[in-house]
Amino acid sequence: MENIYLDHSATTYTDRAVLEEMLPYFTEVFGNGSSQHKAGRDALKAIDRAREQVAKAIGCAPSEVYFTSGGSESDNWAIKGVAHMYKSKGNHIITSVIEHPAVIQTCKKLEKEGFEVTYLPVDNQGFISLEDLENAITDKTILISIMFANNEMGAIQPISEIGKIAKEHKVYFHTDAVQAVGNVPIDVKAMNIDMLSMSGHKFYGPKGVGVLYKRNGIRIDRFMDGGEQERNMRAGTLNTPGIVGLGKAIELATSNIQENNAKIAKMRDYFVEQVQSKIDHIYFNGPKDMTKRLAGNASFSFEFVEGESILMLLDMEGIRVSSGSACSSGSLEPSYVMLSIGVPIEVAHGTIRFSFGKANTMEQTQFVIDKLVAIIDRLRDMSPLFKQIKGEDIYV
Amino acid sequence: MYNDKVMEAFAHPKNVGFIEDNDGVGKVGNPSCGDIMEISLKIKDDIIVDAKFRTFGCAAAIATSSTATDMIIGMKVEDALKISNKKVVEVLEGLPPQKIHCSVLAEEAIKKAIEDYQSRKANNQAK
Repeated sequence: MENIYLDHSATTYTDRAVLEEMLPYFTEVFGNGSSQHKAGRDALKAIDRAREQVAKAIGCAPSEVYFTSGGSESDNWAIKGVAHMYKSKGNHIITSVIEHPAVIQTCKKLEKEGFEVTYLPVDNQGFISLEDLENAITDKTILISIMFANNEMGAIQPISEIGKIAKEHKVYFHTDAVQAVGNVPIDVKAMNIDMLSMSGHKFYGPKGVGVLYKRNGIRIDRFMDGGEQERNMRAGTLNTPGIVGLGKAIELATSNIQENNAKIAKMRDYFVEQVQSKIDHIYFNGPKDMTKRLAGNASFSFEFVEGESILMLLDMEGIRVSSGSACSSGSLEPSYVMLSIGVPIEVAHGTIRFSFGKANTMEQTQFVIDKLVAIIDRLRDMSPLFKQIKGEDIYV
Repeated sequence: MYNDKVMEAFAHPKNVGFIEDNDGVGKVGNPSCGDIMEISLKIKDDIIVDAKFRTFGCAAAIATSSTATDMIIGMKVEDALKISNKKVVEVLEGLPPQKIHCSVLAEEAIKKAIEDYQSRKANNQAK
């Protein structure tokens, strides 16, 4: 059976070219980047090159790039770092209701420490309101943290406008760009982004490595005590192969954004159009304007059926998708992101996210459409919420 | 997360449907919680001769519906009332902890269907 992977927002495979680039750093150039001898210097050289690749990809200076273990660490570090360093200036943070748990849970923790957090709502297509944002800012506000693009329904926030507002009010602006890097062009200077989180495995790089970009001049606590790695901000021997892989991956991903997006969006658009025409009683979640959502994202809620059942039946056909986000699967609560864009709770239970990637094909897309139609039919036949009598839908 | 037995019951559920000329129906659950189970029964001389289910829910909910209806077909009503959710989980050789409530729903749906049968019977005898 063919394996059709439509869960690229959860993670991507490591690109073959990226893996090739990484391999020598396990066995040949294995030195500790902090060592003074040649083995160490060679490793450091590779790390410095990766730092430059990241800097070039997002438009910052290499000295503003800090390597971390991934997106969650970067989010934790940025938000807690600013909160703790600037609490004498104010105790107010603004974020949104649709952030990744790495941001929301970090904010919840800060609330317990006495910080005040405003969680901005979103409209029914998943966007925050700039007016709400501006109104939420007080003289106690020290940080705005708004995600670049949403992992569940793909909405791309008006980041430049948010950056402009933050700058005008002299408030730091952090963005969780884990889903955006490699999928949306990013220029942190032009967009007035002060801090940005990313994760290597979302753009065909390895897992276990990420980046926090922090504009020079912003002070935050060091993340890990110990050695003087990362300009004395994050102790621990640097993960040379991972960092080399992330550098190569971001270079590849950002040099081909338009080309990759055009191919991916074509499949996604066909998929969305077909699913909407072949299956009734569905919600297409997120932005209707396809230019304002991630090119690979299609999120649907299917009425009268439950997401996990759809996911498992698709899985049996070799099709890998996600119900809501992988982070919340296993919990019995429907996605908070779906509820916040106004999907009724009973419908939110039937949500499936399809996230296309560069290796998917039109043939696969057609196969998934056909299987999906049959699976929804089958589950609805089984559902007491959906009865078809004499061709008319009757809801019990 | 699910064992093979659960996956098999989910992939090829038995007794899907609704008995139109039923002798008892039990419907439990809530759409906002993400699961509803409906069991309909055909009963002759206090023996369950047929049982069918319709379920809105996860793989575990569908698997337990299939297994529970299978277990009670051919059973005396009084014995079916004694079926506990634990027994259903046993037959399925285990469920993940967060899915145990699905087996509770199955037990409740059977009880409710039998109660419906008994109250109809009592009403008929009273006439």
